[in-house]
Amino acid sequence: MKQYFKNTWDGIWTVLIGMKITFKHLFTPAVTIQYPDVKVKLPDRVRNRLYVNIDDCIGCDQCSRACPVSCIEIETVKGVPGEDLGTTSNGKKKALWVTKFNIDFAKCCYCQLCVFPCPTECIYMTDIYEFSEYDRNNFVYNFSALTKEEIEQKKINFEKFQAEKEAQKAAAAKPKTDTPPAATN
Amino acid sequence: MYQYFYNLLGNEIAATLITAAVPLVNVLLVALIGVYLERKVSAHMQDRLGPMRTGWHGVFQTIADFIKMLQKEDAVSTEIDKKLYNLAPVLVFTGTFAAYAAIPFSSQLIGSEAEVGIFYVVAISSLVVAGILMAGWSSNNKYSLLGAMRSAAQIVSYEIPTAIVILSMVMLTGTLSLDKFSQMQTAYFWNWNIFGGADFGLVKFLLIPFMIVGFIIVFISTLAEVNRTPFDIPEAESELVAGYFTEYCGMKWAMFMLSEYGNMFAVSAIVTILFFGGYQSPVGYVGDLLGADWMIPLEQGFWFIAKGWFFIFVQMWLRWTLPRLRVDQLMSLCWKYLIPYAFVNLIIIGFISLI
Repeated sequence: MKQYFKNTWDGIWTVLIGMKITFKHLFTPAVTIQYPDVKVKLPDRVRNRLYVNIDDCIGCDQCSRACPVSCIEIETVKGVPGEDLGTTSNGKKKALWVTKFNIDFAKCCYCQLCVFPCPTECIYMTDIYEFSEYDRNNFVYNFSALTKEEIEQKKINFEKFQAEKEAQKAAAAKPKTDTPPAATN
Repeated sequence: MYQYFYNLLGNEIAATLITAAVPLVNVLLVALIGVYLERKVSAHMQDRLGPMRTGWHGVFQTIADFIKMLQKEDAVSTEIDKKLYNLAPVLVFTGTFAAYAAIPFSSQLIGSEAEVGIFYVVAISSLVVAGILMAGWSSNNKYSLLGAMRSAAQIVSYEIPTAIVILSMVMLTGTLSLDKFSQMQTAYFWNWNIFGGADFGLVKFLLIPFMIVGFIIVFISTLAEVNRTPFDIPEAESELVAGYFTEYCGMKWAMFMLSEYGNMFAVSAIVTILFFGGYQSPVGYVGDLLGADWMIPLEQGFWFIAKGWFFIFVQMWLRWTLPRLRVDQLMSLCWKYLIPYAFVNLIIIGFISLI
């Protein structure tokens, strides 16, 4: 009988305690962050979408080789002597035209391994993480600054230069072929 | 109310329709605001924000949900009992809505002034059980059937303590009419039944503790009758999907929700009328002060709805405080605790009212 009344009292009392707690929480400020309007502050060394500052890129292909999933594709064309390719921000002379610099973010695993080998620090992580797409092909980002015509032009220039060089070589070599080379013992 | 419109319009049908429209509008508003409030209250009690995107602080969320619901396809399983399946939501809503006929919103705004008011309300709200059983049985789904069976067991059990407490109140006041209940607890809160009624004297002070016990019992058991947490095993979301209305969708589902919120207000109204003065103001009327008689019924309406909403809020508050009871706990609470206390309460109130 005593237990019975104690149960009754406990039932009412504990419910009141619970109600007090929930009532307190009714007035505590919410912890919700209203995402698209308000964003969480990102940590300092966060890894998100890559960015390539193509003005600084010397086309050394080191990032592409470091990539564990081969998501970076680089093609280069050598510059012709006398052509001004400009310099990087840390004063290096550029020697290659970067005709193709594609990063496929559908493949990218955000490991940051491409960032460290870069001699000019032109590839780095940004704080952009909202870049969903409806088509997978849209994930291939093209960082090359050259237009198609320019690329064609550079290729033709280089081939011309190469051909000229070959011709010069051939011209220089021709007289030599007339006289047999001195025998070496 | 009916008589007033009948004299005004001279047409029985028009007068009936207008009289019936008032509680209908009230039920719809309760459902509309109740769903929004429930989401907001639950969210803030869990330190969240709840709906925030539709309108200012998400006030149009329920309307958006309603429009979504209207557009939904009425997907119906092939193995159901079609007649009962379609009848059930209508019956459940009818049971809820019919109870409003006897509820006095103010001294002028009463659907029916029937002398058997409270008896009628208790009787007609039992219709809901039949609707719930129909819904569960005709769905041909084991979870629905389980939910319906649990619901029937629960509602039938909890009607007993409710009825006993109502009986003790009827014994004390000597009337069944809900309007007279309200009139007896004249304005000012110390005249309410929870504070021993309007007659000043020894009886009033003797009654107070037993009135509080009666209020707690009737509040708990009406909570169980409308299937709200902690007594929501008939529709336990986490184990029975949605209980007896799992197989329903679109507007038929909305009918069940509408009747749930309508029921919440109806039981709050009953608790208010029995213990908290019905439509009487707790602090007197502005209309009395200004000498404007026409203001009093409007004020009464305001106080009635405010009290109803307060108890709806308490129901929501309890919902987000307490976990769900197990079936055996549910039954032991009813049969081992509420009913004995209600009986003892009935006897003591009987003796006190003899003094």
